[in-house]
Amino acid sequence: MDKQQNNLKGWLYLLPAMLFLGFFMVYPLIDVFVYSFEEGYNSASQTFFGVGLYNYAYVLHDPYFLQALKNTFILVVITVPLSTIIALLISVGLNSITPLKKLYQTVYFLPYVTNTLAVGLVFMILFKKTAYTDGLANLVLAWFGRGPVDFIDGPYWAKMFVLCFYTIWVVMPFKVLILTSALASVNQDYYNAAKVDGTSPFRIFRKITLPMISPMIFYLVITGFIGAFKAYSDAVALFGTNLNAAEMNTIVGYVYDMLYGDSGGYPSYASAAAILLFAVVFTITLVNLSISKKNVHY
Amino acid sequence: MKVVLQHLTKKFPSRNKKSNDEVIAVNDFNFEIPDGKLIGLLGPSGCGKSTALNLISGLIQPTSGRVFFGDDDVTSLPPENRGVGLVFQSYALYPHLTVRENILFPLQNLKGSARLSKEEMEKRVTEAAKLVQIENLMERKPGEMSGGQQQRVAIARAVVKMPRVLLLDEPLSNLDARLRLQTREEIRRIQRDTGITTVFVTHDQEEAMSISDMIVVMKDGVVQQIGKPQDVYDDPINLFVSKFLGTPPINVFDARVQNEKIYIGDEAVLDAPGARDGAVWAGVRPEGFVPDENGPFTCRLTGVEVMGRDVSVVCGHDKNAGAGAVRAIISAENRPAEGAKTVRFSLKSYKVFLFDHDTEERIRFGEFEVK
Repeated sequence: MDKQQNNLKGWLYLLPAMLFLGFFMVYPLIDVFVYSFEEGYNSASQTFFGVGLYNYAYVLHDPYFLQALKNTFILVVITVPLSTIIALLISVGLNSITPLKKLYQTVYFLPYVTNTLAVGLVFMILFKKTAYTDGLANLVLAWFGRGPVDFIDGPYWAKMFVLCFYTIWVVMPFKVLILTSALASVNQDYYNAAKVDGTSPFRIFRKITLPMISPMIFYLVITGFIGAFKAYSDAVALFGTNLNAAEMNTIVGYVYDMLYGDSGGYPSYASAAAILLFAVVFTITLVNLSISKKNVHY
Repeated sequence: MKVVLQHLTKKFPSRNKKSNDEVIAVNDFNFEIPDGKLIGLLGPSGCGKSTALNLISGLIQPTSGRVFFGDDDVTSLPPENRGVGLVFQSYALYPHLTVRENILFPLQNLKGSARLSKEEMEKRVTEAAKLVQIENLMERKPGEMSGGQQQRVAIARAVVKMPRVLLLDEPLSNLDARLRLQTREEIRRIQRDTGITTVFVTHDQEEAMSISDMIVVMKDGVVQQIGKPQDVYDDPINLFVSKFLGTPPINVFDARVQNEKIYIGDEAVLDAPGARDGAVWAGVRPEGFVPDENGPFTCRLTGVEVMGRDVSVVCGHDKNAGAGAVRAIISAENRPAEGAKTVRFSLKSYKVFLFDHDTEERIRFGEFEVK
C-alpha cells in the first residue's frame, strides 16, 4: 500500500516533464513517422489519398536528395576523423606547454562562442571572389602560382573543401575543450610510473594516454557523426539559402526545403527524408557503440 | 647497491605568488643506506619524506646535494637511467592492461642491448609474479582485484626489471588493517628474497618499526634521527622523536630538575645525577611505570583498559603536557584495586627521558643504559 502510494507520488513528480516531452518530442516524432507513409497529403485540407511507400520512393529518386545525401556523407567522412585527430593533437600540445597555456586555451575556445553566421561572413571574406579581390585564400594560392579558384560559386570540390574546412573549424573548440580536460584528469602517477620505467614519449601516448582518454574520444566521434549528419546552418552561412542550386545541400537542408523552401509545402516528402536520415544516424551510432565496446578500455 | 645521500636539499617556490618564501621540503639530508637493507622513512604528513623518496627516484631534481648509487653519481640522471623500481601510493597500475601486461610493460621499454627475447621476458614476468604470489591472477585487470592484490602487482612491476633500488611510497596506506599486517610481512619477505636495497615511506611508526632494518625520522624536511628501530625508540634524540614513536605514545610532563632530582609537581620521582636545575619536559614511556604502593609518583586513576596480558592504566595528572591522558602499561596481575582513587608508581630510569624546555633536545643524565 505504502509502496503503491510512493509510486503514484513519483509519477506525479514526473508528470510536468512527461507532458512536456510528450507534446514536444514524442508526439511530433510519431507524427513524422505517420506523415512519411501518407501519400499525397495536403496540409491545407489535412487529407491524403492512401498509405504506402511512395514518399520514400519519390525522395530516393529525387536528384536533389541524392545530391544532399552525397554531400552529407562526404562531409561526415572527412570532418569527423579529421576534426577529432586535429583536436587531439592540439589538446596534447596545449597540455604539454606551461607558458601562455591559458591564453591559447581561450584562443582555441573562441570559435565556440562566435555566431555561426558571423563566422560564415568571415569565411566569405576569406574565400569569396568579388570584383575587388579574389579573397585571402586565392592570394595564398597565387604565391604558389595557382588559382584563382572561386571557392563560393566555383567548382564542386572547392565548395566542398570550404564547407569541410568550416565545419572542422567550428566543431574544434568543443572537442579541444573535452580532450584537454580528459587529458588533465589522467592521474599523473601513471606518467611518473611510465617515466621511471623508461617509456618513450610515443609509447606513453599510444599505450597510456590514448587508452585512458578513449571513452572521451569515442564520445566525440559519436556526437561528431550525429552532428555532421545534421549539418545545415553551416552550408547556409557559406552558400546562402538556395543550396540546391549551389549543389551544396545537406539532408537536413533538403528536409527544410521540402517544408518551407521555394519548392516546399510537401510535409510527407520532408518526413520521409527525415526518417531516412534518422535510420542512417541510428545505424551508424549502433555501429559506433559496438566498436567502442570492443575498444574502449575499462 | 648502497645509496648515499649527500647534503640533499629541495626547495619549492611558494604557492603564494606575492611572497617569496620558499618551502624547504627536504633540508640537508645526509644518509648512507647500506646495501640490501630495508629502510623506513618516517614522519608526519608534509615532513618531506615523499619528496626525499622522489629525489632518490629522480622524479624530482634536488636544489642542491648529490645522490650516489654505489659509486655512481646519479644526481643528474633521469629516473629511467637510474635503475629504480617505484611503487606508488595509488599503485598506478594501468587500468586497461591485464596483470601480465602491466608487469611486462617495463621490460618492453628496454632498448638496444638490454632488449630481452620474448621467452626471456615471459620468464622474468613469471618469476616476478611468483615472488609476489599472484600467478593465478595474470589475466585479470587491476579493477577486478582487491587492494592487496593490486599492491602485489605494483611490487611485481617494480621488481621485474631488477632495479638497483626499490622505492615504495606509502605502500600500505590504502589497505585495511588486517591486510596491512599481512602485506608488511610480505614486503619484508620480498625484500629479503631479492636482496634489493629498499626505501619505503610511511607515516605509521608501527609499520616502520616492525619491518625496517633502519628508520629515518623526519620533521619539517629535517632528518631528526637515524638508527635501528629499537635504538631510536629506546634512545630518542629529542622530544619529537620520543613522541612520534610508540603506541600508546610517551607520557610528557611539565617537570623541573632540582638538586639532581626530577620533580613532577611536588613529587621527586627520580634521581637525575648530573642534570642541571631548571624546567624540563619529562617523557615517561607507558611501560616505564612500575606499580608500587610506596612509589614516588602519584596520579588520579580514571580507568583501566584491558589489553589481555597487560592492562593500560589511564590516569589524570595536573602536570600532564601530552595530548591525551597519562597511560601506564602494566602486567594484568598488578592492576589497581577496584574503587581505588589514586595509583602510585615508581619509574624505570631508562624509560624516563628529559628534554630541554625550549629546544626540546634531549638532556642526558646519569649513566644511560638500555635494559
